[in-house]
Amino acid sequence: MIHFTDKQLKIPKMQRPVYLVTAGQSKFDRAMPDKRTEELCVDALTMAADLANMTPAELKGYIHTAYYGHFADHFGDQLLGEAVIHDRLGLDPLGNIGVKTGGATGGSTIWEAFKAVASGYSDCSLAMGWERMDEVPTDEGNFLISSAADKDWESPLGHIYTGYYAVMAQRYWQIFGKSEDSFRKTLAEISVKHHGYARMNPFAQAGMKITVDDVLNSPVVADPLRALDCCLMSVGAACVVLCDEETANEFAKKTPHKPLRLYSAAGSHTLRPADRRDMEIPLLPHESKDLYKDLAERFPGGERYPGFSGFLAARMAAYYGYGMSGVTNPMDDLDVLELHDAFTISDVQTYEDIGLRPYGEGRDYVESGDCYHTNPKTGEPGKLPSNLSGGLIGCMHAVGATGIMQTLEVATHIWNRWAEIHGDDKLWKKFGRTKPSDWTDLQVKGAKRGMAISHAGVGSHVTSTILMDPDHLLKKD
Amino acid sequence: MSSYGQVYVENGKYRLKGDFHHLTPNMPIRDKNDNWRLLGVTNPRDMTYIHSYGGEAVFFESLSKGKLLGTRCENPDCDYKGTAYIPFRIHCPDCLGKNKIEDFTKLAQETGKIHTFMVCERSGAFNALDKPIKFINIEFDGISTILMSYLSLGDPKFGMRVVPIFRTLDPTYTILDLSWVPEGTKASELPEGFSF
Ligand SMILES: [Zn+2]
Repeated sequence: MIHFTDKQLKIPKMQRPVYLVTAGQSKFDRAMPDKRTEELCVDALTMAADLANMTPAELKGYIHTAYYGHFADHFGDQLLGEAVIHDRLGLDPLGNIGVKTGGATGGSTIWEAFKAVASGYSDCSLAMGWERMDEVPTDEGNFLISSAADKDWESPLGHIYTGYYAVMAQRYWQIFGKSEDSFRKTLAEISVKHHGYARMNPFAQAGMKITVDDVLNSPVVADPLRALDCCLMSVGAACVVLCDEETANEFAKKTPHKPLRLYSAAGSHTLRPADRRDMEIPLLPHESKDLYKDLAERFPGGERYPGFSGFLAARMAAYYGYGMSGVTNPMDDLDVLELHDAFTISDVQTYEDIGLRPYGEGRDYVESGDCYHTNPKTGEPGKLPSNLSGGLIGCMHAVGATGIMQTLEVATHIWNRWAEIHGDDKLWKKFGRTKPSDWTDLQVKGAKRGMAISHAGVGSHVTSTILMDPDHLLKKD
Repeated sequence: MSSYGQVYVENGKYRLKGDFHHLTPNMPIRDKNDNWRLLGVTNPRDMTYIHSYGGEAVFFESLSKGKLLGTRCENPDCDYKGTAYIPFRIHCPDCLGKNKIEDFTKLAQETGKIHTFMVCERSGAFNALDKPIKFINIEFDGISTILMSYLSLGDPKFGMRVVPIFRTLDPTYTILDLSWVPEGTKASELPEGFSF
């Protein structure tokens, strides 16, 4: 579709509020030859119980339905893997269902669990996601990932997803980045930032102290993208537990943190970028039509929307999510973000889709220092820090778990528990990782609201998950 | 002596001939750092999928005959009547009516232009293209969408005029039978098996 009816643009209205009460995750790594997937899921649920000051059995006693995000079951040669996990978590005979939307699987799993609670079907739902990408050699892994492109029109072309994705990066790079060295450097800074923040995260698999030059000198994957511009391949699991208000209040009596209000929304666009048709830019609450009237003059070649340079699905996920939660300007209303940095350049594209900056000006979110925990230009807290976990580039991309990991990370800031969880010496030791001597507390001070963006393929599915301290809501129910 | 699995259709049923899979034994995976204890096993699989192109079959067959087909919605009741598609869409995405098939070979030869591109150094398993792969996305006058394909000669640039070439000798009946070269390329320069 290129025009939308009012009915299609309706802001979702839920039957009742939904709260995130606890969350957990496993260690993330490139390979885990000594663990079955179910062991990782048990680790995640056990952590969620620990954070809620409960035993796993007590926590399970609340769960009424389970939503399982696992994208690439062809990697593991196991269909109905959800039933395996559900049994191993000891949750039979509760209703459960698998969710699959590529890289957005984690976010979509939360979207489904959110609706189960909001509708009244369940008072408490588990959203658990996992992935293991270590079960085939890397080139076969690339082949399997390329099955997420169109099997007749795209995948035979090299069976390499990066190729289908990076054509969009090239377009953005030349039109909006104007192929400038300064823009290439900005992209490298994103990689430095995400690998750097990952160093402070014991769950993360690719913490690295690197420089812009290291990124610029890493092997070319698909020019202008280099190895250090790309997300990781990972193994791991993550979960969140969602409740209605009454159940959330019961949790609140035991847990050391507040239940957080959760809103979740989704958008979509074509599987093949080839099928994208030209349309008007859908506007976010803080944008006006005038904002884009001279876009093509400022960025020759940028007249086509979303063309190959924007993600309509991300824009729509933000549109519905902001409408539901009362966000009018994300830069003012939110305190912390976790974005889907599949590539450094798609991170920049997303800044524009979700309205951190207008289309064409995404790089300024990095160059201004707004995206950092501490703005390197001013030494003051960054205006809206993103990917303090390390994101997909520094922490992990265990596909089905990614959007859930992001949501957990946002929650730890609003709970003011970031340092307690990420600085725990015992955890670093348990994961066999060395806590850096310059370990830094990345808690966003006073964080009240945050958002995670989960994104699939070349933008086929995108979800926004918005979390708020219930005492700092932006909109009445 | 094994033969590749082959499939044909008779009376609406698939008929199979030859070998469709090969048995390879699984092997133990052991931990060198821990007294070679058992960690798991390999599970080799060699399978052949049987895939129907359905309403797009004519597109893939036409490539082998040197033709690039697309489609157009001609439903007079459709708000988007006249919209033309490459890639080929069987149905209009708006009214869901059956699109009319059109030969866009000449249009592609005369107006094909690189919208964006990517030179990719890597590939996945079972790749059949030479590396680096020069991915190109091609726009055409009057077509609402942008086709993804690959450039066989020269270096891609934004706005570069390209013309289609077709694997008419030993076609694979896949999208690989369609490729592109810069406008002005001579027939003698084309990759083996391809013609304009
Ligand atoms: Zn139509």
